[in-house]
Amino acid sequence: MTGRSGRASTPVQVATRQGIAVGIATAAYGVSFGALAVAAGLDIWQTCVLSLLMFTGGSQFALVGVLATGGVSAGPAAITSAILLGSRNAAYGMRMKPIVGGNGWMRDIAAAWLTIDESTAVALAQKDLAARRRGFWVTGLVVFIGWNLTTVLGALIGDLLGDTRAYGLDAAAAAAFLGLLWPRLRSRQTIAVASAAAVLAAALTPVVAPGVPVIAAALVAVVFGATNWLGVRGASPRGNTS
Amino acid sequence: MTMWQIILLASIACAAIKLAGYAVPPHWLEKPTAARTADLLTVALLAALIAVQTLGAGQQLVLDARVPALVVAAGLYWLRVPFLVVVIAAALVAAALRATTGMG
Repeated sequence: MTGRSGRASTPVQVATRQGIAVGIATAAYGVSFGALAVAAGLDIWQTCVLSLLMFTGGSQFALVGVLATGGVSAGPAAITSAILLGSRNAAYGMRMKPIVGGNGWMRDIAAAWLTIDESTAVALAQKDLAARRRGFWVTGLVVFIGWNLTTVLGALIGDLLGDTRAYGLDAAAAAAFLGLLWPRLRSRQTIAVASAAAVLAAALTPVVAPGVPVIAAALVAVVFGATNWLGVRGASPRGNTS
Repeated sequence: MTMWQIILLASIACAAIKLAGYAVPPHWLEKPTAARTADLLTVALLAALIAVQTLGAGQQLVLDARVPALVVAAGLYWLRVPFLVVVIAAALVAAALRATTGMG
């Protein structure tokens, strides 16, 4: 594609633009995270530490989601949920290591910190190595800066609202999880896993401690993953990073 | 456990998972079963969180304003409406139903 100047964009320029666009769009979720975290009982500092240190949206939403249903006594279940949801970042790290790793331990730690759905997806969507590197770093940094700024904003808004239920923030949390799940519902297998996990978690809610139904639903993934029931042979159901 | 302990433990664990991806040789990921299970784990946990967040009230299951709000959210995602707009719309639906109908 040629730009207005008549010169074609280089792959690195394309990667930079994609990284900025994806980064800004993703960072906007931070507002909803900040508000929901405060609604779940965290203070503003605790909310900000999560976005700075944990920095992986799915795990952050899961942690405050479980704390919202069970309070501090559901702490172990909340931590377990966050770890299970964060486990995919290890898989992303293994794929990104040959592309952005191996430049000294400080750069490796920075790369690991910024390894999330979006930075991995933008990097792997590029054609050559230089563009992949640029895509990873631009996306990761834009999301990191934006996500932390919007987290503060959301936490302040949540703090001002007070009775968050009257404003429907509990429904907003469910809608946020649905937004994270939606792009992954592309195959019969993922739809079956999602349906079975939702039914199992709802059925277990009256009989086990808060937070445990979510962890128990992980068994559905293990069963489908081990047997590849309803799966496509040789194809990975890897959502947006395929 | 205090809230701070929960926050710090979970954050350190999630950061360690990210570092582990760069520290270990990528052998196990080459097995399709491990890669598939890691992907499906995300789907299962998100679906379970939706169910609990929509129907749960402590250890009870209740049908309240969250259910119509989630139905509206699903419809908007289907129409490819952006994430933040959908989340705000879901909150507004639940808030409006609670304010006008006395729904829980």
